[in-house]
Amino acid sequence: MREDAVSREQSAIQRVPGRQQADTAEVASHARQFDDAGQQRETASLGMWIFLATEFMFFGGLFMAYIAYRYLYPQAFAAGSQYLKTLLGGANTGVLLTSSLTMALAVHAAQAGRRRTIVAFLLLTVALGAVFLGIKGYEYFSEYQEGLVPVFNFAFDGAQPQQVKLFFILYFLMTGLHAIHMTIGICAVLAITVLAWRRRFSAQYYTPVELIALYWHFVDIVWVFLYPLLYLIKA
Amino acid sequence: MTQRTSRKSYVMVYVALLILLALTIVADQFALGVFNTVIAISIAAIKMLLIMLFFMHLRSSGCLTWIVAGAAFFWLSILFGLTLTDLLTRSWLVAPGT
Repeated sequence: MREDAVSREQSAIQRVPGRQQADTAEVASHARQFDDAGQQRETASLGMWIFLATEFMFFGGLFMAYIAYRYLYPQAFAAGSQYLKTLLGGANTGVLLTSSLTMALAVHAAQAGRRRTIVAFLLLTVALGAVFLGIKGYEYFSEYQEGLVPVFNFAFDGAQPQQVKLFFILYFLMTGLHAIHMTIGICAVLAITVLAWRRRFSAQYYTPVELIALYWHFVDIVWVFLYPLLYLIKA
Repeated sequence: MTQRTSRKSYVMVYVALLILLALTIVADQFALGVFNTVIAISIAAIKMLLIMLFFMHLRSSGCLTWIVAGAAFFWLSILFGLTLTDLLTRSWLVAPGT
């Protein structure tokens, strides 16, 4: 059977260590349920988009809570927002936007099958993600020092302390959930960096890079909304 | 995969995103009442569109992907919209003439 010959040839290719998998067998191959490789690629991307749609809803719940309570207590939210470090948050936004660029360039390199370039840009993305988490951690630490962390040491002596506490609950929940997503993203990017280094990708097959990039851009989009909503509330 | 976005396009989108970020921060320095929020959200929405269309390759994706992306926003609009119809109408109704 022709399909058995193709799969035997493919497993023979995989048994040879370090060999580039850009052979004709790879070019024409696709899983049986798809019409062609292009459709298989599109389907993988669609699957990730569906997951991202659910993630939008996941964050959407917290955004809804934010909208509701900011509508009810605008002054308290503005007051709480003054305690957040606007420029540091802005720098963090810049860091994440840059990481999205490096991630997009990694996918671009993957489309050309350039192994070293892929690895370089993926490592840059990881580094920028780590910088983001570092700055966020520093912000959390200084907020702890200023006594602004609900449950732990919240002590606010201005007007409407309970409502300001609500603002900080939402701040820590939303940025915390975002930070968890960042951490997962960094681990995923590290995993595909290892795969890329080990020549698992080619110009015909780089689907994991494409999908993790979609996830990474999504996490960036969430922060793009978090920043103005939390840090830039005008008093 | 349709035509490949060039590296130059990515960098141009990135520069645009940075400019928009600077705009957001600058706009926050002025007291414009409710427009502060409007401007901030609008700029964030434009940034999101840029990231989705170019970095996430939505422009070169098939219709089904567009539908899924649109569906996410549709559901969010139901969540925000319907909740707000409750929240925004929670005022005591006064009988006309009193």
